[in-house]
Parts: sequence; structure tokens; C-alpha cells
Amino acid sequence: MPNHQIDPNKWIDLYSDYLFNYTISRVNDRDLAKDLVQDTFFAGLKSMKNFKGEASERTWLISILKRKVIDHYRKINSNKGKAEVRMSYNSDSETEGDWLEERVADPFDKTAEDTLENEELGDAIYSCLDKLPKKQATVFKMKTIEGIDTETICNELNITASNLWVIIHRARTTMASCMEKNWF
Amino acid sequence: MRTKMKIHKACEKANHVCDKSQYNEATFLEKLKLMLHLLFCSACRKYSNNNKKLTATLENSKVDCMHKKEKEALKENLEKAIHKQQH
Repeated sequence: MPNHQIDPNKWIDLYSDYLFNYTISRVNDRDLAKDLVQDTFFAGLKSMKNFKGEASERTWLISILKRKVIDHYRKINSNKGKAEVRMSYNSDSETEGDWLEERVADPFDKTAEDTLENEELGDAIYSCLDKLPKKQATVFKMKTIEGIDTETICNELNITASNLWVIIHRARTTMASCMEKNWF
Repeated sequence: MRTKMKIHKACEKANHVCDKSQYNEATFLEKLKLMLHLLFCSACRKYSNNNKKLTATLENSKVDCMHKKEKEALKENLEKAIHKQQH
């Protein structure tokens, strides 16, 4: 079994998107997710000498990130009780429907199961993205996930439009077959 | 042989339009041509279906990634931290 090496200079290029997606599907807040990812990298840096090389770098970083996410929820949970607003309103039939809260539909369509599935789906997509060549992955991410328009990507990466579409086509074919195997 | 080449070219074009339409960049005429092509070409039909499925899944999953600027800021911070640790 190969011993895994650690190199923090490459972390951002290799793992930031994966870690970010992992976090955002669990905390639902961009800025917070960014902070947590950054904290993870810092913590990883600090405890680099504890890295035994048994797992891959990514697995190791994810295990740190998991702790960070849990810690975050612990923290906000302990604050919750203090900020609770208690309202008393008697619920007789005459006034029912007066409160805005009573008129809001229950969120039937968003169950815990959906959220869980979404998290797993995000992980599956990223593990498929990992299998793409680097250039294809970059272009595909920019075009599909970030939704940048063709012209901007072409200018940034210095490629022609037809070149871009060929890359996209290859990436899509690979992604589709990979997702077919892993997900559908 | 010649017809085979022609078919190949047509499929290539159809796939290209199919890719474009996943990002809403195909024109109406292109889409119409694609539909006609899909009527008789089962290989492209398969590709088209898979392609649509992939788009739908990606949309459903709401995957997100960091923007370039955010990454650069993060990189800067991390580099500082690495530097600090070495000294």
C-alpha cells in the first residue's frame, strides 16, 4: 500500500471544491462554508505531523471537516435557547388564520431523506469529477456548476469556442457514464 | 462509405447541438434539426437522453463550488499560514 504524502500547497487546487460542496450541503450558508473549509485547512496544517499516511489526504481532510461541522452545530445549538422568542396567542377558532405563520404551507416537499440524498448525490458528482482529466474538470465545473458563459471561459482559459464544446462533450460523456454506474 | 461519413458528421453535429441546448445556447432552428435527427437516429437519442438526465441530476443536486476569487483569497490565507509555520 502506497504511503500517502502531504502537501498543503496543493490543497486548494485539489480539494477546496470538494470540501466546499461537502460543507455547503450540510450548513447551507456560503460564507459559513468558506470559513469552515478555511478552518479545516488551518487545522490540517497544524496537525500535519499527525498525518500517518494511511488514508489519502482527502479522506483525512474530510475527517477534520466533519468535526468542524459538528462543532459548528454544537455552538449554534447552545445559543438557541437564549434567543428564543416566546409568543402567547390563544388558538380559538375565531382568530385562526390571523397569524401569518398559520397560513404558511408545511414544507412537505423537503424531507430529511431528500436532504440526505442530496448530500450523497453531491459527493457522487464530485467523485465522478475527480476521474476527469484536469482540464475537462475545470471547464465542466465553470460551465455547468458556476454557470459562467462560454465567452468568459474561453477568454480566461485561452481556448476557442469549438475547443470548449469538444471538452464539454467529452466531459459530459464521461460524467454521464460515471453517474450511470454510481448513481442511477 | 460516403454515406457513412455523412451520417457520422450529422451525428457529430446533433451531439454538439444537444450539448449546447443543455446550457440553453442552441437556437430554435438548431433544436428543430436536432429533433428531426433524433427521430431516426437511435444512437443520438440515447446520448441525448443521457445528457438530459445528467443535466437534471446536476440541477437537482444543487452542487456548488468555490468561485475563483474566493479560492484565491483562501490560497493567500493558507500560504500565509504555511509561511508562519515554517518560521
